[in-house]
Amino acid sequence: MRHIISLLLENEPGALSRVVGLFSQRNYNIETLTVAPTEDPTLSRLTLTTVGQDEVIEQITKNLNKLIEVVKLVNLSESAHIERELMLVKVKATGAQRAEIKRTTDIFRGQIVDVTSSVYTIQMAGTSEKLDSFLQAIGTAAILETVRSGVTGIARGDKVLSI
Amino acid sequence: MELLSGAEMVVRALRDEGVKYVYGYPGGALLHIYDALFRQNDVTHILVRHEQAATHMADGYARATGKAGVVMVTSGPGATNAITGIATAYADSIPMVVISGQVPSTMVGTDAFQETDMVGISRPIVKHSFIVKHPSEIPEVIKKAFYIAQSGRPGPVVIDIPKDMGDPTQKFEYSYPKKVKLRSYSPAVRGHSGQIRKAVEMLLAAKRPILYSGGGVIMGGASEQLTALARLLNLPVTNTLMGLGGYPGSDRQFLGMLGMHGSYTANLAMHHSDVILAVGARFDDRVINGASKFCPNAKIIHVDIDPASISKTIRADIPIVGPVDSVLREMLAILAEIGGAPNKESMASWWKQIDEWRGTGRLFPYNEGDGSIIKPQKVIETLYEVTKGDAYIASDVGQHQMFAAQYYKFDKPNRWINSGGLGTMGFGFPAAMGIKLSFPDAEVACVTGEGSIQMNIQELSTCLQYDLPVKIVNLNNGALGMVRQWQDMQYNSRYSHSYMESLPDFVKLVEAYGHVGIRITDLKDLKPKMEEAFALKNRLVFLDIQVDTSEHVYPMQIRDGSMRDMWLSKTERT
Repeated sequence: MRHIISLLLENEPGALSRVVGLFSQRNYNIETLTVAPTEDPTLSRLTLTTVGQDEVIEQITKNLNKLIEVVKLVNLSESAHIERELMLVKVKATGAQRAEIKRTTDIFRGQIVDVTSSVYTIQMAGTSEKLDSFLQAIGTAAILETVRSGVTGIARGDKVLSI
Repeated sequence: MELLSGAEMVVRALRDEGVKYVYGYPGGALLHIYDALFRQNDVTHILVRHEQAATHMADGYARATGKAGVVMVTSGPGATNAITGIATAYADSIPMVVISGQVPSTMVGTDAFQETDMVGISRPIVKHSFIVKHPSEIPEVIKKAFYIAQSGRPGPVVIDIPKDMGDPTQKFEYSYPKKVKLRSYSPAVRGHSGQIRKAVEMLLAAKRPILYSGGGVIMGGASEQLTALARLLNLPVTNTLMGLGGYPGSDRQFLGMLGMHGSYTANLAMHHSDVILAVGARFDDRVINGASKFCPNAKIIHVDIDPASISKTIRADIPIVGPVDSVLREMLAILAEIGGAPNKESMASWWKQIDEWRGTGRLFPYNEGDGSIIKPQKVIETLYEVTKGDAYIASDVGQHQMFAAQYYKFDKPNRWINSGGLGTMGFGFPAAMGIKLSFPDAEVACVTGEGSIQMNIQELSTCLQYDLPVKIVNLNNGALGMVRQWQDMQYNSRYSHSYMESLPDFVKLVEAYGHVGIRITDLKDLKPKMEEAFALKNRLVFLDIQVDTSEHVYPMQIRDGSMRDMWLSKTERT
């Protein structure tokens, strides 16, 4: 099962390496990872996705919690949540393709953010699944480059992750 | 407020933390701090001959006292030499503070002389680590390091100090914090009362309960409460290798160590139990044998300070996260309140069964031989008699370690000092030195073999310098015994590199270092010569004892089997 684990981390040098080191040291997977400071500059918010059996996920959360720099942690997948990933895709856009790509982008509610005579750069946000579907719809032949931010997320409703 | 340099702050903070001894080795990056050490008399520095020994000395001190041992090593090779000792402490949850020198902060990252990324190298084997960024941080960093090392599940903490942080010309205000608070670190202070009550009820309803305790009871200072609970409920008790001494080893309720080389009785009692109360133990692979076949009928109550230790290898039915002493105290209070007692009839039949398994002979039977050849087991039994069961026994790693764990009956906690988790050869001798330094009047012996002792034998020199009269009991079988045993059992006795050719004359070697060496080759000399050694109170004595090379450690669990699947001798199995 895929899990989205989100944590508040002391914004200190070396903190990130401890999180990443834990995963390689204990043979856990990281599928995506995204991290940036919060409105409180002493804290970073780190979100990662991982895949594993429930027992493994339990060990991952317990071991993350043991790291001194991890202040708080939530497994977003355990309750209702919103997840988003940002993607920029550079595609070949010439001739009849130009209109077709524009149409597909609109259907997926993406935006073309840069244009040249032969290339479109498309920005898209959504769940990882939606981004995957878009890439499939465009077709690999047209794609020149993709860059994805990794998953970030937040719980629905009143639940907040803060200190 | 007093103005001090960073280097002076390091030494002053150690003093204010109550540190008496620091074990270490100087070098370029540490010279400011060593100069500050030279100019005071509160903290005594012990100069080892190799940094690994400094970590094991600090570790031995920590295991005997429960307080963090302190190590000081220079950058580069000094720091990397300390790594094995840090990993040893980490594997057994031993509190330790390691101060490592670093190249000046302006040179970090330039591949400078004697530069290594100590924080990076040690990251997977420390509880936490710090890099000092400004001299004024030093007192708080040191306070935090001790707090983290000694609280919760203890462990080693590294403080990396770039040389310029100790600059003697730069002075700052010094005050040592009385307390530190970390918003991101708050180890459990008590267990969940509802869970504890459920555990007590489960224990009272059990027909075949067993108490299985580990190193957490030793480091958690809970052996008194553990013993009280076991006595009150008439529970059979088994200890892990790390937990020996947590319950009196010579008591009738004690079934011996469990696990790979555990007693027949303890392993059978575990297998047939219906409720296991696990306290400060982590269901290690050397304890449980095949996880899928582990104790098929048992419900498990698991008490541990570390939530990640619970349900890691074996699922707990009642998990309790908390300090073991407080949880056990609460169990005792609940029992006093409800006045419950275990069912007399079922306990009587459970004990009858256990006593049948135990028989009337030794807990760990062995063939005593022809009366001339010395069996390694006999050496430990003799050591137990000669020291009246009251010595601190530090052990190296191998067959001799298992024999010591099986035959020396530890009645008190913190007396059995060995590298259980990492299995570090070379640990025993420096650990014994660290203990002797803090308990000069106690008997301290290192049980070792001719393989292990040579991994830190240079410390004989340190012992002469600081007058550390430990007794070294070398079970010399001329082979790496445990490796050889596995080669006998699994590789058709092909002794690939387990035989030690050209061993030194240990007696002469020890004499060259200024100590006393005694060789024992015949069983009739064993006891008198060992008594002679221990009578030499103020001398380090090295007993080089020639023991039977063919001896194996039994029982030995059969891999991937259940707790009860064991070899009992070279020819018999369960």
